[in-house]
Amino acid sequence: MKYIAPASVEEAVSILAGGAAQAYAGATDFLPQLQMGRPKPEQAVDLKRIDRLVDLRLEGDTWVIGAAVPAVRLTEEEQLAAELPGLVESAALIGSDQIQSRASLGGNLCNASPAADSVPAMVVDEGRAVIAGPGGMRTVPVASVVTGPGQTSLAEGEFVVEFEFDRPPARTSDAYLRFIPRTEMDIAVVGAGVRLSLDDSGRCTAAAVALGAVAPTVVRVPDAEEALAGRALTEEVLAKAAAASEAACNPIDDKRGTKEYRRRVAGVLTVRALKLAAARAADR
Amino acid sequence: MSSTHVTCTINGDQVEFLCRGDQTLLDALRDTAGLIGVKEGCATGDCGACSVILDGRLTCSCLVLAPEAEGAAILTVEGMGGPDGLHPLQEAFLEGAALQCGICTPGFLVAGKALLDRNPDPTEEQVRYAVAGNLCRCTGYDKIVRSILAAAADMKEASEAKETV
Repeated sequence: MKYIAPASVEEAVSILAGGAAQAYAGATDFLPQLQMGRPKPEQAVDLKRIDRLVDLRLEGDTWVIGAAVPAVRLTEEEQLAAELPGLVESAALIGSDQIQSRASLGGNLCNASPAADSVPAMVVDEGRAVIAGPGGMRTVPVASVVTGPGQTSLAEGEFVVEFEFDRPPARTSDAYLRFIPRTEMDIAVVGAGVRLSLDDSGRCTAAAVALGAVAPTVVRVPDAEEALAGRALTEEVLAKAAAASEAACNPIDDKRGTKEYRRRVAGVLTVRALKLAAARAADR
Repeated sequence: MSSTHVTCTINGDQVEFLCRGDQTLLDALRDTAGLIGVKEGCATGDCGACSVILDGRLTCSCLVLAPEAEGAAILTVEGMGGPDGLHPLQEAFLEGAALQCGICTPGFLVAGKALLDRNPDPTEEQVRYAVAGNLCRCTGYDKIVRSILAAAADMKEASEAKETV
């Protein structure tokens, strides 16, 4: 395996067009997968030497986050953490401090684990992925990238350059909550990302709900979103959202939890995340 | 097989070495640079035994390809003490019996240093989070956590004493 560190997006595109190369960012999934016996690519293409991939900036009313920016930098960016707290808390949950120094949103998305923590948050915040490849650049919703466990809609030779998130309007905020069997350092049993907008009376005007680790890909919960939009967040309305989340799950049984357990937790986390996002939105 | 030439700074010294593209920084530090204080535990980023500070950030050296070190500044446990003796964290670990078999110890020391570099006065909870990426199967962690807190207190006292001189 040859190591290559292109200095520009164009250079990376031409290297990756060969088909025998694998792009990586923090390598926190890539190198363990090689250790576990996944065949080595002919070329390992380190994207971290490309300025755009490690840049984090506010461009007008859009946050632009390079696909290889390590998670720790999101938590250090106070304005980002204030404007998109759910996105930042989802990234901050990925692994230990050692992992936080390396793991990125681009890697978390493209590794395509159903339990990836940052993906439900990126989906409810309507993140867009800017993708480079042999056909040029294209921008797609983050929600369209993962198609199954370990599978993405990226064509051969394509890679994510950066993510775009519009700054939220007033009285709009997000939250991400994850349940794991211990307090830290584990993989989600369920992850719930939500985003809410409130009017001046505290009524919900729009909502987005997305669940991780309960299906082969992140699932949006339109029935919960409809139950919330236009209504005050009473216990009755929240219970309807929880029921919709439970119904939207298509989980597996594994050592972290049974199907029934995951369903139940999905409802509970949906309500808790909605309450958290509502409190944040009321403060903005 | 072709090799990559890497120039970087390790423990303050400029170092040059040759490595293969599939070699990890962990292997280069141990096998080429001879810094065997860096330990291999799991080789998948779970145990923290291979922790180093890479360009100011705590990192598992098993999750870094050796050629990535080009131009980087790396600190390993070998760089923690100085000519005057051990680092206060190392003293505190000895004093507090914060090690038994010792395999995880360099990683804990480096993780402890990364914490105290950015937060000289951590709470117990902050210490526990800061070493959550380091596994120890001997001590049960309490002595390690208490020793990091003791080192923080010692370092704070030493720097306050310096200021009053």
